[in-house]
Amino acid sequence: MRWFWIDRYNEFVRGKHATAVKNVSLAEEHLHDHFPGAALMPNSLVVEGMAQTAGLLVADAIEFNRRVVLAKVAAAEFHFDAVPGDTLVFKAEVLDLKPTGSLCKVTSTVGDRLQGEAELFFAHLEAGDGVPKLFEPHELLRWLDHMHIYDIGKDEAGQPLARPDW
Amino acid sequence: MPSRDEIFDKVKDALVEALGVDEDEVSPGATMVGDLGAESIDFLDIVFRLEKAFGIKIQRGELFPEDVLSSSEFVTNGKVNEAGLKELKARMPFVDLAKFEANPSVQNFPNTLTVEDMVRYVESKLAA
Repeated sequence: MRWFWIDRYNEFVRGKHATAVKNVSLAEEHLHDHFPGAALMPNSLVVEGMAQTAGLLVADAIEFNRRVVLAKVAAAEFHFDAVPGDTLVFKAEVLDLKPTGSLCKVTSTVGDRLQGEAELFFAHLEAGDGVPKLFEPHELLRWLDHMHIYDIGKDEAGQPLARPDW
Repeated sequence: MPSRDEIFDKVKDALVEALGVDEDEVSPGATMVGDLGAESIDFLDIVFRLEKAFGIKIQRGELFPEDVLSSSEFVTNGKVNEAGLKELKARMPFVDLAKFEANPSVQNFPNTLTVEDMVRYVESKLAA
């Protein structure tokens, strides 16, 4: 089981920007008690969805050869709560990308309303002592397939992304 | 070459954004860790912002010499030794190490770097 906070990507341009959606549903058990009788998606989980949208964008750009971890929420602001029935659209943009880390701006909208915005800083850790293996390659690939990255993704030249042979 | 005041203003912007502190907290004498609450990951963030703001390249370890502070060659019984102090001075000429030298315990180092040191550092990179 993985910790999915986006349902799929609708747009994915390698190393540049991506759009993903998250459908908030009362079928998600954690919403039943958050809060009793007034379900709303915690903004901490909205940040996780934002981080997944941007994190995979960054990880793909560095060919998945380092562990991309959310190191810091440099800024975050929310304007209203997401509730069951809402479709959150996360738009991530890579502001800066280096071998050791990256900075991304991500917005969350419901329809044409801005629900939240955040600046996320990712550290790119080299595998080795103190850095655990986060997943097996085939599991990661399955995750990327769930997200439709290789169905809709494009590279910098606008060509379809090649699905890796892991 | 921008003036010292212009550099300070841009450094201040970078620190306000990276550390979430108020502008008036970023005084020249404020220490990065003690006063502004910078943690190790913040230094990576700050490096990104300074590189972008000034169009400079900052190599790993230039702003925070973790390799010196964790080296048995340069640290004896938890204190930076003579060779270590010499190395720090050579590597970080922009930092005023006088206070640190009085008690060069490794754990005191994070409280040594000030905003003014950061400005001097950027100035030296721009002049290079």
